[in-house]
Amino acid sequence: MKFANSPILTHRLSPLRSRLVVFALLAGFVALIGRSLYLQVFQNDFLQKKGESRYERVIEISATRGRILDRHGDVLAVSTPVKAIWAIPEDARLAPAQARELAALLEMDVRELNRKLASDKDFVFVKRQIPPDVAEKVAALRLPGIHEQKEYRRYYPSGDVMAHMLGFTGVADEGQEGVELAMNDLLTGKPGSRRVIKDRRGQIVEDVESIRAPQEGKDVTLALDGKIQYLAHSLLKQAITEHKAKAGGVVVLDVKTGEVLALANAPTYNPNNRVRLVGAQLRNRAFTDTFEPGSTFKPFTAALALEKGKYRFDTPIQTAPGKLSIGAATIHDAHAHGVLTLAEVIQKSSNVGAAKVALSFRPEDMWQNFNSLGFGAPLKLGFPGEVGGRLRPAKTWRPIEQATMSYGHGISVTLMQMARAYLAFARDGDLLPVSLTRVETPPLTGAAVFSGQTAREVRTMLEMAVKPGGTAPKAQIPGYRVAGKTGTAHKLDGGSYGDKYVASFIGFAPASEPRLVVAVMIDEPSAGKYYGGDVAAPVFAQVMAGALRTLGVPQDAPLKPVLMAEAVKEGV
Amino acid sequence: MLRLNLLLLLIAVSCALSTVAANHRARKLFTDLEREQSRMRELDVEWGQLQLEQSTWAGHARIERIARDKLGMRPPPPAHVVAIEAAAR
Repeated sequence: MKFANSPILTHRLSPLRSRLVVFALLAGFVALIGRSLYLQVFQNDFLQKKGESRYERVIEISATRGRILDRHGDVLAVSTPVKAIWAIPEDARLAPAQARELAALLEMDVRELNRKLASDKDFVFVKRQIPPDVAEKVAALRLPGIHEQKEYRRYYPSGDVMAHMLGFTGVADEGQEGVELAMNDLLTGKPGSRRVIKDRRGQIVEDVESIRAPQEGKDVTLALDGKIQYLAHSLLKQAITEHKAKAGGVVVLDVKTGEVLALANAPTYNPNNRVRLVGAQLRNRAFTDTFEPGSTFKPFTAALALEKGKYRFDTPIQTAPGKLSIGAATIHDAHAHGVLTLAEVIQKSSNVGAAKVALSFRPEDMWQNFNSLGFGAPLKLGFPGEVGGRLRPAKTWRPIEQATMSYGHGISVTLMQMARAYLAFARDGDLLPVSLTRVETPPLTGAAVFSGQTAREVRTMLEMAVKPGGTAPKAQIPGYRVAGKTGTAHKLDGGSYGDKYVASFIGFAPASEPRLVVAVMIDEPSAGKYYGGDVAAPVFAQVMAGALRTLGVPQDAPLKPVLMAEAVKEGV
Repeated sequence: MLRLNLLLLLIAVSCALSTVAANHRARKLFTDLEREQSRMRELDVEWGQLQLEQSTWAGHARIERIARDKLGMRPPPPAHVVAIEAAAR
């Protein structure tokens, strides 16, 4: 039967009912259109975002901390990824056997593990800085509530040799000491992130956008020379043991560039394993500890005397009878010498001679000289804890203080400041800024402090000091001409000078064309010997000889056997 | 008219199929790229570890110990050292 013939069609509907149906259908359509308009137009952004969040993921791209290299490109510090194991204590309901297994893997005590998991916090670190292979084994256990997180660990292959220079980083890979802290901004990378689309299996199928490009930490190339540093470190350690000293430091500077080729301190520590560290081990003495320099300061007095034109190289100075009274105080020499030339005052290290010279200066001139040599103010290398020492304003000096300052008492300096100030003698009277990083194009001249003539004359005096008749024949090196000055200073002990000493030696070689400045400081040698010429000078000679050989510096002296005359005792 | 319509339909279908194919290929290549990039990162990490290992083996203390104790070497006396200066240009 055809549809058109259907009897139902002939049945007449009441107009009201048919209109009602039409209206109802129409209303239904309007509602649908309205809804779709609402979803497609007004709610579009919100819904799109919701949809994207179902398959889009923002992933972090980690950035590695830069490496620290020595001047030859050898790695001194490098970060490698490790894992941190953390737990949500509420979820981590471990069976005793599981806990034992986990504790054994992490090499920790089961009780400690259980104590951590019993914490009422939402998040606890179980153990950090886990090697990746151990972390994989932990992941394989599939324990509930135990998670892993990527982090970095810093390794220092040279161990305690360069500890003070490099410093170390904390668990979050941020610098806490040394160069790691000083150059933290440069070394630190900035992690980036990007938005991606992941499929059901968790694989990334499309890169949507890069939100922030990661910035890898920059490598830092230090001025350090690994070989010279090792030499300085091991010889210093040996000397500290031999002389039963409390501490010590060695600084090696390149005369041509002002670079720090080596910086060793004792006692030291292993930056890879910092469990039982004490404060004394951490101190980077060359930067953060001041001491009264003693006689190593005399050459500055002599240089100022030459510079002012009041004295010449061979101006005689009466030092007899070996003591000099200024006000209520008296200055002594270890040995009475009689009439000495200015050069001999330095060679034999006469306190009386130096004091007499100093008393001819105006305090302001002396202060100005010390200040331009860099004393009394930090070197501003950005090194943590760097200090400037004590140099009081000239107005407050009494004559006795002016006299004692001429031979390095009543003033305090750091070893690095002393080494740098000696650059003025090793160079032709100018000073370069000290650089921790490798210098590609060294400045030809620095700030002039003395004239070239003065620097050359002081150089000759300092060469006399290590020859027979001087205070430090033990500083001689076969094959090279050496110049330098000993220092033996009483230590201030609770306000008065006691029986403790600081022995030091600062010098440079080859004297004909200086290449290196080496400064050695030994704090409280207590095995009998305490003179700078006996304790510090041999360390200087060994470090310098090794460093010159390493650098291939041509010899400038005939190879005659070194004359080991008895050292003249310097004034203390 | 019918022929033209069929032709257009054919073109439309083939275009649609090639879009699907291209998209699939793009995703596959992207996965490959991702894989290579993560390999690159792994190799980078390994390189760092190898550098670490190298500088541990090449540590001055270790070299000195071996040179002195095992090989019986010693520093030459100064008389045996001749420094050769770089030729003047």
